[in-house]
Amino acid sequence: MSLKTPSKLEKMLSQGHLAVTSECGPPRGSDPEAIRKKAGLIKDYVDAVNVTDNQTSVTRMSSLAACIHLKLMGVEPIFQMVTRDRNRIAIQSDILGAASFDIFNMLCLSGDHQSFGDNPKGQNVHDLDSMQLVQTVRFMRDEGKFLGGGDISRPPKIFVGAAANPFADPFEIRVPRLAKKIAAGAEFIQTQCIYNLDKFEEWIKGVCDRGLHEKTAILAGVTPLKSAGMAKFMKNRVPGMDVPDEVVKRMADTPKDKQADEGIAICIETIERLKSVEGVKGFHIMAIEWEEKVPEIVERAGLYPRPETG
Amino acid sequence: MIVAEKKPVEEIIGYVKDCQKILILGCNECVTVCEAGGKKEVGVLASTLRMYFLNQGKDVKIDEITLERQCDHEYLEEIRDVADEYDGIVSLACGVGVQFMAEKYHSVPIYPGVNTCFLGATEQRGLWTERCQACGNCMLALTGGICPVSRCAKRLLNGPCGGSSNGKCEISKDIDCAWQLIIDRLKALGRLEDYEKICDIKDWSTDRAGGPRKVVREDVQI
Repeated sequence: MSLKTPSKLEKMLSQGHLAVTSECGPPRGSDPEAIRKKAGLIKDYVDAVNVTDNQTSVTRMSSLAACIHLKLMGVEPIFQMVTRDRNRIAIQSDILGAASFDIFNMLCLSGDHQSFGDNPKGQNVHDLDSMQLVQTVRFMRDEGKFLGGGDISRPPKIFVGAAANPFADPFEIRVPRLAKKIAAGAEFIQTQCIYNLDKFEEWIKGVCDRGLHEKTAILAGVTPLKSAGMAKFMKNRVPGMDVPDEVVKRMADTPKDKQADEGIAICIETIERLKSVEGVKGFHIMAIEWEEKVPEIVERAGLYPRPETG
Repeated sequence: MIVAEKKPVEEIIGYVKDCQKILILGCNECVTVCEAGGKKEVGVLASTLRMYFLNQGKDVKIDEITLERQCDHEYLEEIRDVADEYDGIVSLACGVGVQFMAEKYHSVPIYPGVNTCFLGATEQRGLWTERCQACGNCMLALTGGICPVSRCAKRLLNGPCGGSSNGKCEISKDIDCAWQLIIDRLKALGRLEDYEKICDIKDWSTDRAGGPRKVVREDVQI
C-alpha cells in the first residue's frame, strides 16, 4: 500500500500494526508547559496524539498552536478541527498553517454546540460540515487546489480522519453515515468512547458486511472511568454517550477508593475484547485530564512497546 | 409567516417615557396570527401604557391604529396625515414594518414593540416554531421536505451529528433532531438510499452572508 502522506499513523496502519492514539486537551491559558507536560507523559506509549479544538465549546489555547508545541517536542500530532468556529477561508488557512509545520494528520469534526461552553451567546459558523471538511482537506491535498480553484504551492500532506459515533441515534444510519464519511475521503476513523461493547460490535459487523473496514482504518475509542460519578455523568449528561447500566453498577459497587482502578480495568478489558474484533485497526485512548494513566493502560493492554515504523 | 414576540413593556416604556403623544401601530398580517402585534395586542399595550402614565401623573395621549400591512407603501400611506402629530410611534410589526415606517416617516421616532424571531409555522395556538432561514437556495427536495439549515442547531447538511439522542437534539430534549426527521421521512418515502448522497458544500452567497438581498422582477414592475 503506497503511502499518501508522511504520517506516522498512516504508516503504522499500513504496516498492519494496531495503532494507538491518545489525546491532549490544550490549556485554558497560554502556558505551553501545560500541553508539553501532558504530551510528555504519553509520547512513548502512543503513535500520535489528538489535540482537541475548543472541546465542549469551552475556549482554550488553539488546537493548531498546541499541535505545533507537540511537533516541536517530537510528538506526532493529530490536529482536530471543528467547523463550528471557522468559515471556509479560515479552515483552508489553518490547514496550510498546520501543513507549514509538517503536521500530517487531521481529525475533521463539526464540534459540540456552543451552548455547552463558556460562550453560549456566540454565533456558530458551520459554513461547512464535518463531511465537507473531510472533502476539503482531501481536495487540497489530492488536487493541490483551494476550494476557490486556485493552485496551492506546496499542498498539505495530511492523513485525513473523521469521527464516528456508533451509539448516536438513529442507529440504522450509523453504518451508512460511515460509508458517507469514507466516500467523502476519511482515511481513518476514531470512534466515540465505547462502553456498550455489544452495540459497538453490532455496528462494526454492519461496517464489515459492507466491506467498509477495508476502506478506512477504524480506531476504537476508549475512556477510562475515574469514578461511579463520572460513569453516571457520562451516561446521563453527555450527548451521544452510551454507558450501560451494568457498567455504572460495576463502578458504583466498587469501594470509592478502588473505583479509579476499576475504571482502568474496564478500559483494559474493553481493549482486550476489541483487539480481536474484525474491523478494529487500533485504539484511541481518551483519558480526559488523566493522561498519566495512558502508559499503564497501553502496557497492561499489551500494546507496548510501540512498533518501530522505520 | 414571520413570527414575532412582544417586547417586555418595561423596555417599551423606556423608549416612550418622555413622549406626550404616542401612536401604537399594529399590523394585520403575520404578527396578528402569532398574537404579538395585531389589533388585540395594540389595545393591550395602549391600555398598559395609559395605566403607567396615569400612575406617573402624566397626561399622555395614546392612539391605536392597526394597518393591513406595514411592509407596503400603500397601507403606510393611510397614516400620512396623522403621523407627524405624534412624538413617538411604537410599531408592533416585524422588523421589516418598523424599518419601512422609519424610511417613510422621517420626523417621528419609530420604536419596535416586538422582537422579530423567525420564519415559522403555528403548530398549535400559542406555539410557533421555526421552519426557514431564507437561505435563498432551497434544498428541501433533497432532504425529504425538512430543512436542516433552519432546524439543525449546527445547520449540518450531512447530519446527524453524534449528539442526536432518542430523536432529540443535543442542545435540548424539547427540540427534534432535524436529521432524525429527515431520515424518518426519507424512509417513509422509500428513499433512504438518498441519505448516502453527500450534500456538496453550500453556496451561502444567497444567504445573509452575501449582504442585503434583493429580488428584482422586471416583468411585473409597473
